[in-house]
Amino acid sequence: MRIDCKHVWEHISAYIDGEVDEALRGEIDRHLETCEICSAVLDSTRNVVVLVADDRVFELPAGFSERLHARLDREMERAGSG
Amino acid sequence: MKPPNAEFEVECIRRILAGERHLFHDLIRPCERSVYFLLYSLLRNEAEAEDAAQDTAIKVYQNLRNFRGDSQFRTWVLSIARNEGLGRLRKAGSRREDSLDAEMDDSTGDYTPAILTSWREVPFEALERKELGAILRKAIEGLPEIYRNVVLLRDIEEMDVRETATALGITEGAVKVRLHRARAVLQKELAPKLGGFAPKRKGLFGWAR
Repeated sequence: MRIDCKHVWEHISAYIDGEVDEALRGEIDRHLETCEICSAVLDSTRNVVVLVADDRVFELPAGFSERLHARLDREMERAGSG
Repeated sequence: MKPPNAEFEVECIRRILAGERHLFHDLIRPCERSVYFLLYSLLRNEAEAEDAAQDTAIKVYQNLRNFRGDSQFRTWVLSIARNEGLGRLRKAGSRREDSLDAEMDDSTGDYTPAILTSWREVPFEALERKELGAILRKAIEGLPEIYRNVVLLRDIEEMDVRETATALGITEGAVKVRLHRARAVLQKELAPKLGGFAPKRKGLFGWAR
């Protein structure tokens, strides 16, 4: 039995992460071969996942690391002398 | 980000506890981004997330002796960060903590994605344009809290399902369901906006269409 679009959408996240079993993956792949909509939904979802992972999207505030390590140094000194 | 090296961590912790305190800087450095963004996700304020991240690092240092090695070091650090964040929310009398700990309905649920008939990939280079980053950030920041935490740890900090579940104190199944829903919301919200960032396709006579 062919799976429908809605069924494919339910598994898209797991499909992207390689977490669907072989039988289901095969069914989804067959569906994707002929369904432009699901292919575009999959490609766009995957594209979004890849883009948000880029370090430029979420950057640490400028000087974050320097301030953190300076505070740690003060703390270690205080603990060490106490 | 690459997963930290467990052997390096164990050796580092041993030496710090034996007195080489300065090594703590190297131990905590690979975790600091994840700690900050987990706290930012909880507190939604840069200055407070930074302050909480510093307090977390100090607590990790003070409690290093208690790390048992039954989870990854970063996972342990993130649970300390999460407690720090929840403690601050509680102190501020925020109602948001209720929604954080509440077990929600984790069934898959229905959703309709943004329907497209073709997708032209938006490449990394498009991130040189500041407005793309801003659109992505706004979409993630607009997610409900319980989805945002999972996206931050799984898709942005690239932690695995198990580590994310432990750090957030939820089941692995809940991580998967929430991630699925979050990605679905992001696709629906972002797909219609991102099209303009894809490279223009060359037409038959060489002009862009």
